[in-house]
Amino acid sequence: MPRWRIRRTRVPAVPVVLAAAGLLLSGCANPSTGSADDDPTKPVTLKFWHGWAAPSEVEAINDSIDRFEEQHPNIKVKATGNVTDETINQALRAGGGEAPDVVTSFTTNNVGQYCDSGMWVNLDPFMKKTGLDKKKTFPKTLLDYTSYKGTQCALPLLADAFGMYYNKDAFKEAGIARPPRTMSEFTAAAKKLTVRKGKDSYRRVGFMPNFRLYQNSPDRMFAQWSPQYFGADGKARLADEPGSYEFFKAAGELVRAQGGYDALEKFRTTFGDEMSSQNAFLTQKLAMHLDGEWRGLMLDEAKAKFDWGVAPLPVPDDRADTYGKGFITGTVAGIAHSSKHQNAAWELVRFLTADTDQVVEFANAIHNVPSTFEALKSPKLDADPRFRTFFKILENQYSQALPPSTNGGAYVVSLQDFSYGVEAGRVKDLRKGLKKLDDQIDADNLQAEN
Amino acid sequence: MALSLSTPARRRLRVLGFLSPWLIGFSVFFLYPLIATVYFSFMHYNQIKEPTFVGLKNWRYVFEQMPLFGPALWNTLWLVVVMVALRVVFGLSLGLLVTKLKSGVGFFRTAFYLPYLAPPVAATVAFVFLLNPGTGPVNEILSKIGITAPTWFNDPTWAKPSLVMLSLWGIGDLMVIFMAALLDVPKEQYEAADLDGAGAWAKFRYVTWPSITPIVMFAVVTGVVQTMQYYTQALVAGKIASGVSIGPGTVIQPGYPDHSTLTVPQLVYSMGFQNFNTGAACVLSLVLFAIAMAVTMLLMRKRSGLLSAED
Repeated sequence: MPRWRIRRTRVPAVPVVLAAAGLLLSGCANPSTGSADDDPTKPVTLKFWHGWAAPSEVEAINDSIDRFEEQHPNIKVKATGNVTDETINQALRAGGGEAPDVVTSFTTNNVGQYCDSGMWVNLDPFMKKTGLDKKKTFPKTLLDYTSYKGTQCALPLLADAFGMYYNKDAFKEAGIARPPRTMSEFTAAAKKLTVRKGKDSYRRVGFMPNFRLYQNSPDRMFAQWSPQYFGADGKARLADEPGSYEFFKAAGELVRAQGGYDALEKFRTTFGDEMSSQNAFLTQKLAMHLDGEWRGLMLDEAKAKFDWGVAPLPVPDDRADTYGKGFITGTVAGIAHSSKHQNAAWELVRFLTADTDQVVEFANAIHNVPSTFEALKSPKLDADPRFRTFFKILENQYSQALPPSTNGGAYVVSLQDFSYGVEAGRVKDLRKGLKKLDDQIDADNLQAEN
Repeated sequence: MALSLSTPARRRLRVLGFLSPWLIGFSVFFLYPLIATVYFSFMHYNQIKEPTFVGLKNWRYVFEQMPLFGPALWNTLWLVVVMVALRVVFGLSLGLLVTKLKSGVGFFRTAFYLPYLAPPVAATVAFVFLLNPGTGPVNEILSKIGITAPTWFNDPTWAKPSLVMLSLWGIGDLMVIFMAALLDVPKEQYEAADLDGAGAWAKFRYVTWPSITPIVMFAVVTGVVQTMQYYTQALVAGKIASGVSIGPGTVIQPGYPDHSTLTVPQLVYSMGFQNFNTGAACVLSLVLFAIAMAVTMLLMRKRSGLLSAED
């Protein structure tokens, strides 16, 4: 009769457990992959994740989906809004049936990561298959920021250009005839427009350069110096970039001209949320303000109690001829690697990014800059000259977008972190600090590539 | 053929059966994640491509090339030492106070306990607004009485103490535990001490303290473990105080101001789920685990760690 016996075995337990765990873990480490074998004329439901959250924007994107579904009755689109890049990144890595087919990102910062990792599929084969000539459809700057090392894993879905909003009433009160064009004019105007309240507060600040304010991320202002972030060898070169020193010097002068960092930071704590009616430009706590083209629509909707205008952000004095340029970014759209309906997904991406009427209607609805040549020329585009200022910034030959990196926007985050230290006066030796920043960016990139 | 087992084997199987719920939970929620963490700490894995073995590269990256690791570790240890110590002292003091009260006991117990019930995010948001240097009522009141107040969550020197203040405000959990322990001290011992002419301090030192030592030790050990995992309040406070707009395209950077509220768990999340640097996140987790284990072992070193004088 057999008996169960618990016997001591001499199997080397630790290596066996580790080997088993390794096999198990490496098996768990592969997210699902999709395919481009589907027939886009067959009935299908696409999951579409986007970042729009404001009611008017959600309405506009839903109208766009309705137009798409009218043209493609076999394709239904299930949209999910207010999705962050972080969520998209996590969802596409996790995979599974609930992962999206079509994705958008409000920033171009992560395109390098999306393309290099293969998370967003290369769109070139789809363009070739359907006869879309990307070079004839999209401006080169926009194609550059939606690709990485030859992989076009995204397409621009409207663009964002950054300019300077200014309070015309405040300008009149301060006796300033026109918006400043150079940094020295900028500092002088900011000082003139600043109105103190008591010893340590303000009624109004001319221009708050503090990098944590709303859209003031340092990379956006830094664009006025046309910096080259990476050398030909792919290594960070901010310490070797003359513009780095000039940029921080100019930002420091702006801060000092208006009362210093601590006072400005304290005043910043009285500002309301950027997207609320307590926005500091809207409440006239700021006379000049760096922002994207969408702010104009928001100022109109909020019925701003002052006359306002838009101009390009001033440029360095020694580059006065480049006035008119600005920082460029935009929403980008792509197809998730895990999508099993990539051909149908491409139909949606193509409609949203390259259909002229759609691009124009959507651009007018959410006040973003159109991202195709045809749409930029369209007579149906909103004729508001303030809105059109941003078109000129987009088309300016000196305007600059961020270079894509395999590590996504990590280098921008490092630059932001460093810039916070500089503006607070914690970086005593700028060259040494920038060198350290370069080393950090390189180490992070290497770690991502390993 | 019927299966028959020897008595010891049957006993072992029975024990195993009774232990199995715990064994399954332990294996799935502790052992497996621990082995996975060790495994991935030696791998390059971006959660998309196959993991590849990279030896000690992740370890070197964390210890030699990650500038935020030092501040995060320092902040975490600072919070462990200061926050846990103050919470124990404050919780014990409140426990003593509410057990000594002659009237209004119910009101004070409820009043001191209620803040603990506030959700951490809501409580933190409220605290940051109260302490806002520009618009908060605290600084307004202080300035009216001639005190130049700090900028609290906006000042690297004051941000951690402000978090400690927040944790002391929600001290209700420890107050209840200490209150129960204090009420459990045999009254006869106090009577005997009274007969011996002992003062308040002597009674606390020689009667109360030996009886509540295990509870104090419990509060310290669980406090250390919880503070090692400190995440939400520091993240929310830093985010709200920084005033940085968070939109779908932006990444929340923890640690405002000047990395003073950055903790190791926040760095683990940033590395693992924002940068998808799984290897580095696993190294950080293991460092945290090792420190928590070491501190707990140090505290439990004496056999009497969780035993009272009577035991």
